[in-house]
Amino acid sequence: MIDALGSVGSLLLVGGTSDIAVATAHRYLAERPLRVVVAARDTPRRGEVAADLTAAGADVQVVDFDADDPESPARMVAEAAAGGDIDVAVVAFGQLGDADRLRTDSEAVAQIGHVNYVAPAVVGTELANRMREQGHGVIVALSSVAGERVRASNFVYGSTKAGMDAFYSGLADSLAGTGVSVLVVRPGFVKSKMTAHLPDVPLSTTPEAVADAIVTGVRRGGTRCGCPAPCAGS
Amino acid sequence: MAESGSPVRLTGWGRTAATRATLIPVSGEDDVRAVLDGRSARGVVARGLARSYGDAAQNAGGDVLDMTGADRVLDVDLATGEVEVEAGISLDRLMTLFVPLGLFVPVTAGTRYVTVGGAIAADIHGKNHHRAGSFAQHVAWLDLLLADGTIRRVGPDQDADLFWATAGGMGLTGVILRARVRMKPIESAQLLVDTDRTPDLDSLLSLLTGTDHLYDYSVAWIDCVARGRRMGRSVLTRGRFARRDELPARRRVDPLRYSSAVTVSVPDVFPPGLLNRATVAAFNELWYRRAPRQERDRLQSIPRFFHPLDGVGDWNRVYGPRGFVQYQFTVPFGQEEAMRAALERISDSGSASFLAVLKRFGDGNPGMLSYPSPGWTLALDVPVVAGLAGLLDGLDRLVVDAGGRIYLAKDSRVRPDLFERMYPRLEAFRTVRTQVDPRGVFTSDLARRLSL
Repeated sequence: MIDALGSVGSLLLVGGTSDIAVATAHRYLAERPLRVVVAARDTPRRGEVAADLTAAGADVQVVDFDADDPESPARMVAEAAAGGDIDVAVVAFGQLGDADRLRTDSEAVAQIGHVNYVAPAVVGTELANRMREQGHGVIVALSSVAGERVRASNFVYGSTKAGMDAFYSGLADSLAGTGVSVLVVRPGFVKSKMTAHLPDVPLSTTPEAVADAIVTGVRRGGTRCGCPAPCAGS
Repeated sequence: MAESGSPVRLTGWGRTAATRATLIPVSGEDDVRAVLDGRSARGVVARGLARSYGDAAQNAGGDVLDMTGADRVLDVDLATGEVEVEAGISLDRLMTLFVPLGLFVPVTAGTRYVTVGGAIAADIHGKNHHRAGSFAQHVAWLDLLLADGTIRRVGPDQDADLFWATAGGMGLTGVILRARVRMKPIESAQLLVDTDRTPDLDSLLSLLTGTDHLYDYSVAWIDCVARGRRMGRSVLTRGRFARRDELPARRRVDPLRYSSAVTVSVPDVFPPGLLNRATVAAFNELWYRRAPRQERDRLQSIPRFFHPLDGVGDWNRVYGPRGFVQYQFTVPFGQEEAMRAALERISDSGSASFLAVLKRFGDGNPGMLSYPSPGWTLALDVPVVAGLAGLLDGLDRLVVDAGGRIYLAKDSRVRPDLFERMYPRLEAFRTVRTQVDPRGVFTSDLARRLSL
């Protein structure tokens, strides 16, 4: 259960090896021990994350999740919930894609559309179903400023984030009164493994700053926040 | 048949951490059984007047029984002062009915708007704990409806383990249906009250240690904002019920006359931040100055002495939409320094506390999760502000290292691992609970949060 002061008993990281997901877990673990479910593909990186979070005091459970597999989201949520209620779920998976290739390669467009929009929407639906039954919970969706105003330089990525953002914003409204809430987080350019190959840009932020914004946003109980400075909840 | 329930968002008195559940009014055991038969996989918990500050009477995604409709008086024995009542009856109602007959509730919290079932489930204490113990010690027996639908009559002399798991057990052993309560005989509805102002914490503690045994009822209000030399300055009020012959002549005609009218209500429009260090400091200064330095044998009514805040309906709204938490802890005698350190940290944090109440506890009872234990207890209301979680986690560590504990009826945020260290009889409680409810039918947000 999330307590009166926004401290969390269990955390589900969907795309559990993402830098922002891991930073969020660390941010909570700095306050208290808690249960953390790492949902990701079975890679060496997943094992490293699980070991790292265990060392930080988490009671870690690892669950398979593959955004390309249509049956994976339902199975993943069921396995995560088998160990107890999910207080906060962070949906943190996605791909930046190669902007040049996405301009001409329709197969690549279909693929990123699936990973960045279809799969998060399916995961969001499964999480919402589960949390409605629980009568409580917070879904944190990692959107992006790239989806707020889609730029020509990476418009395919931006369009998938715009769709994902719209989905979770709508989901937030549809969950009014159920005890479940949704926090849509729109970071700017985050320096992380996803963007490691790109040149530095001004006004970029870090996974740790985004994690701070997530923890603060969950505490405040709003629906939307930008990063690094969280805006007022709507 | 039980009326069908409706989905609602529920919170406790602190108005924090709302969750959704199906609230089902019940008026007796048949209704409760009907809910158990058709219950959701998320379980069931009983709810009374919802004065627990946190999540004790919430059950996210499951069923919550509204017990307040089961409020009949079933039997009265004026010779022994015992009353047999349904669990949903309030202490307020008991006073209205029985004070005119010369019987007062054995123990009352700072509010009389609690049910008898809730009073047992939280094993509430009052200003007379040092003399009379907590509520469960005045229960001859209670009828508990178990997960399998059977009813077990339990008391200190029959099925004692289940009784002492239920007393203070926060509703997690079953549904308390009825109880036989030993009331306290009184000759009048007036108290003779002594008031003392003390300039600091040391003088308060020594006054209580030296003379508390002379009074039936005793409580101190502490100014948490005052710092330095004046830290812990307080107004101590102590008293006992007046005998009829101690009343002025005009009151002797109708000495048991009792009224509990609520005077004002707080509208639900208090902006956040109304209470800040400056306004609370001003309020506290006024309160302290207004109290007499020393006063003896002042006559006070029951509501004025026991339930001053009940005169202000919905006072919990004063803390605004983000709600508040109450931090109540006890430390054993000899650990006064830990209490002083806790007070200093709260005072230094600038978290405004509207009320800080200190009391000296007497002996505890066998209740496995019962809160009172010999020592000092301090209760503070703190509005929800940034950084509060860390501050209170730190206080918990201080308290647990001093051999103390926090009070579940007030709690909404304690760390589960620290809670386990505070209640050494938790394992005994779990054993009883597993025996009577192996599938965990009775559960609550509190139970989930703390893995009880």
